[in-house]
Amino acid sequence: MSDVSGTTPDLDLDARLAEILQRIPYARFLGVRAELAGDEMTAVLPFSQHLIGNPSLPAIHGGVIGAFMEMTAVAQLGLSQLSSATGLVRQPRTIDVTIEYLRSGRPRTTFARATIKREGRRIANVQVEAWQDTRAAPIAALHGHFLLGAKDEA
Amino acid sequence: MTRPVDMMRQLAPQVLMASPHAAAIGMEVVSIDPAEAVLRVRFRPDLVGDPDTGVIAGGVVTALLDHTCGQSVMSALESYQPIATLDLRIDYMRPAGSGLDIFCHAHCYKVTRSVAFVRAQAYDLDREDPVATAQAAFMINANRAMSPAETVARALGHEPDGAKG
Repeated sequence: MSDVSGTTPDLDLDARLAEILQRIPYARFLGVRAELAGDEMTAVLPFSQHLIGNPSLPAIHGGVIGAFMEMTAVAQLGLSQLSSATGLVRQPRTIDVTIEYLRSGRPRTTFARATIKREGRRIANVQVEAWQDTRAAPIAALHGHFLLGAKDEA
Repeated sequence: MTRPVDMMRQLAPQVLMASPHAAAIGMEVVSIDPAEAVLRVRFRPDLVGDPDTGVIAGGVVTALLDHTCGQSVMSALESYQPIATLDLRIDYMRPAGSGLDIFCHAHCYKVTRSVAFVRAQAYDLDREDPVATAQAAFMINANRAMSPAETVARALGHEPDGAKG
């Protein structure tokens, strides 16, 4: 149905986001999903045995936590583009990420939220925090640069 | 005295299988040398990040870089000590080739009493043309829990030297 008001209804956005994540094989492999409250997105990574890096702690693999936060950043940027006039042109591409590991990831559900610090025409700066029990005690943080740009741009 | 690197060379596949996530994405050891490690992830359709291009997900490269960096730190140590990633900086140069395996070479170029510093490159065909590069710092003797390498070594009856009690 065409959207005459110029704004995308939330329900539609929710479904689009789920559809985007569902289309990424690696997101399905990890088991990542996203929850929307208005324009605020929380990415959710339910615990699963195949996410463990060190079984004797046990702790979730640092690479998994990094990948999860990167995916959160990309999804938040996708969401921002989906709700803009131009729509999602193309999946944002990661230029660089810096990951800080603050606490070991325990075998339970991990959450992440991304904040877009600046969204330019071509580059976006995004910060992400991941937590488990309480948001005040993050297990890891990421900041990164992402390439937006048009289809023909490298 | 047996150094971790000698044990890792003997036990490489078991060490990787002791890390469920490394096993889940199909990581393989290509080579282990003192302070250096080369690992590989074979292309698999369920590891794809962008269904339009069929390229392995950036997250898989992240996990591979992190893991290979850790292996290079272990192989640089004189005795088994638990390690933990402090920070990991990754630059993505280009997307990997469609349907290609990803390799990662990590070099632990400096070990101090409590911190190890690592550089790594992830590549598909040519190490000189990397998909991504990383710079990482690891905490040494991070906690008392055993690393996967140590767990395997102990299970097979190898007593680690100089283990902290």
